[in-house]
Amino acid sequence: MLGWEFPPFISGGLGTACYGLTKAMDRLGMPVTFVLPRAMPIRFAAGEELPSGMEMSEYYQTGMRHVRLRPIPSTLVPYRPGESYGGAQWRHAKSQAGSALLEGPESQRAIYGPDIRAEVHRYALQVMKVAESEEFDVIHAHDWMTFPAGIAVATMRGKPLVVQVHSTEFDRSGEHVNQYVYDIERQGMHAATLVSNYTRNIIINRYGVPPEKVEVVYNGVEFNGHTEASVPRAGPDKTVLFLGRVTMQKGPEYFLFAAKRVLEKMSNVKFVMAGDGDMLYRSIELAANLGIGHKVFFTRFLRGDDVDRAYQMADLYVMPSVSEPFGIAPLEALQHNVPVLVSKTSGIAEAFRNALKVDFWDINEMANKMVAVLRYPPLQEMLRIEGRKEALRFRWEDSAARVSEIYQRAMSIM
Amino acid sequence: MASVCFYFQVHQPYRLRHYTIFDTGNDYFDNHKNAEICRKVAKKCYLPANRLFLDLIRQHGGRFKISYSVTGILLEQLREYAPKVLDSFHELADTGCVEFLAETYYHSLSYLYSPREFAEQVEAHRQLMYDLFGQTPRVFRNTELIYNNSIAQAVERIGGFDAILAEGADHILGYRSPNYVYRPPNCSKLKLLLKNYRLSDDIAFRFSNRGWSEWPLGADKFAQWVNTVNGNGYVVNLFIDYETFGEHQWEDTGIFEFLRHLPIEILKHPDNDFKTPSEVADAYEAVDVVDVPYYVSWADIERDLSAWLGNAMQHSAIRELYRLESIIKAAGDPEILHHWRQLQTSDHLYYMCTKWFADGDVHKYFNPYDSPYDSYINYMNILDNLRVRCSALAPAGAA
Repeated sequence: MLGWEFPPFISGGLGTACYGLTKAMDRLGMPVTFVLPRAMPIRFAAGEELPSGMEMSEYYQTGMRHVRLRPIPSTLVPYRPGESYGGAQWRHAKSQAGSALLEGPESQRAIYGPDIRAEVHRYALQVMKVAESEEFDVIHAHDWMTFPAGIAVATMRGKPLVVQVHSTEFDRSGEHVNQYVYDIERQGMHAATLVSNYTRNIIINRYGVPPEKVEVVYNGVEFNGHTEASVPRAGPDKTVLFLGRVTMQKGPEYFLFAAKRVLEKMSNVKFVMAGDGDMLYRSIELAANLGIGHKVFFTRFLRGDDVDRAYQMADLYVMPSVSEPFGIAPLEALQHNVPVLVSKTSGIAEAFRNALKVDFWDINEMANKMVAVLRYPPLQEMLRIEGRKEALRFRWEDSAARVSEIYQRAMSIM
Repeated sequence: MASVCFYFQVHQPYRLRHYTIFDTGNDYFDNHKNAEICRKVAKKCYLPANRLFLDLIRQHGGRFKISYSVTGILLEQLREYAPKVLDSFHELADTGCVEFLAETYYHSLSYLYSPREFAEQVEAHRQLMYDLFGQTPRVFRNTELIYNNSIAQAVERIGGFDAILAEGADHILGYRSPNYVYRPPNCSKLKLLLKNYRLSDDIAFRFSNRGWSEWPLGADKFAQWVNTVNGNGYVVNLFIDYETFGEHQWEDTGIFEFLRHLPIEILKHPDNDFKTPSEVADAYEAVDVVDVPYYVSWADIERDLSAWLGNAMQHSAIRELYRLESIIKAAGDPEILHHWRQLQTSDHLYYMCTKWFADGDVHKYFNPYDSPYDSYINYMNILDNLRVRCSALAPAGAA
């Protein structure tokens, strides 16, 4: 498994998805070697000691019986950092990694190029080296940066490659696609591909992949015991929550335009935008320009308990994404008993019934539905109760079982 | 003796237009869509079916009889969008072999929330039947065959009715057969006719189902099933949505051919005949009292109210709707009153139903909305506007 991000280093949906799927595969008894790019040496939390005798480049225990974690030094990160805190952190990590890597044994010394192409190439070489000493039947690569590595290993070892697309270049960049990224994606997708139905259409139409090669596997969501809202949502003010990266793909400006319309009808509403990204400053400016700066609160990137708290104070979660291959966040919102409104251009919209759905560009309709949820308690209650019931049905074990079937088919074709 | 008693329900709602919280107009209805659907159903069902029944009545010289319950709001729409259908109903009425039943003018659930409004709508519909077809209905059917003891009593109190129709659900009949005439408790005059749902649904739902063991269903086979009632029943009540003919069961399923041959096949048996509901009430004595303390209807497998009042949104919508009754009536504006009543049509609540998983197909087929949530939001926005209009009209201090 060529994956991304393992706890406690998760920053977004891709990491959550890789981790959730891998854990479920473990529960189904599927042996996995998880290759993880790490800029910094991994330091485990207390209680998870590094087993003695294990070197930097060897395995780490994961707390799972069938999963071994194999970190390799690389500065690849799944999301492009924005012009904000995230970016600074990323640059910091990059410089740290440089020194860490340089201090390591000769064999691990990484000389990575100044740009992403060199880094992707270098990552592939590292993975090939790791693959020489591993036994496996299938290579499973997540998103484009790992595709060249997947293809190289598949060719070298004569094993089938399964790629999983969590987002395409079209999701991330709209029509302004990066040709280099597109080419890699296109090449990778001509192996078997696993996505949502929404992305499946993009892959068939935009990448020319034969439909029979594109399988749909929905993401799951993990329910952890304490899901009831501990803080009652009382008080005169209603809260509408946006939680996600503040980037073009996530549609933050549509959220703000709709907020403006809502405030024309109701004054007792607050809007919370939680997240970082390259459109953060522009969004803050936009809120000010719309004259609703005093009603919109920007929290920056939230972690752990703060995420829970954000959900607990919310009366409605809105995901106005311009293009969202799946969208785990709405399921997490429902886990916290928050009703959801999602854009129709998302994987979750096609697979989920008990959510409100709008076109991301339809500001009026988005505002109309926000007002309805805030005004009519029966609507809010049904979306919450029925939505939560439905969200419980998105289980990672089901995704893992589908993945297992796809592996079997891929192996039988080889 | 086995009398076949046909009753057809003929109804189309006024569908609402997309109405957001930012809209302020009084134009709540999607006239374009309503016209389109009305014309489409007229072409596929109402016109050919009316023509067929007219032919059959003439061909059998008074021995073939049927009855209709046509809602007031459909008749309004037909007058505007498909007047030929109205003409053919006139022709049918003129044969003397067609009975028109009474129901709530707006196909509403008004009895559940306002018996006074219910009585007004029944009266309005009865008057309309007289004005259009020269008949004063003697038999009542409530919206979606929603029925219980208290509705029967209310209908008897309104007066002028000999019988009321209901679903012959197993749980109200127990071991008894729907093929007899019954009496509601505490009613002195009113008789109760119960739908034979097996034979009715053989035509309405199973007719074109190729997975059904009796497919294909011919008129001769159906007549044999009716014949078996001879000796252990008086009447076979076939209560069917009129849109079954040509709309739910398309013409190419052979449904019209089936109907064309049915009267001949039924009448082959010397003890069989056709009767209208009021003739059934006149001809046969009630054999027993059927006690129905809880509501029954003809919808879905539950045969209860859950298709219209099964979730929190539906309850909230109907509560808000009838809460407006006093201010609407105080406002004294005929247009507002008519709009409020058009919003009472049960279909609006049906669109908010969330029982998709078991009965999904039928609900989806009839639903103009993407989701029940959308339908609730739309409806509540319109109610909100209606309330604002009333408040603006109400005499100072009243609202």
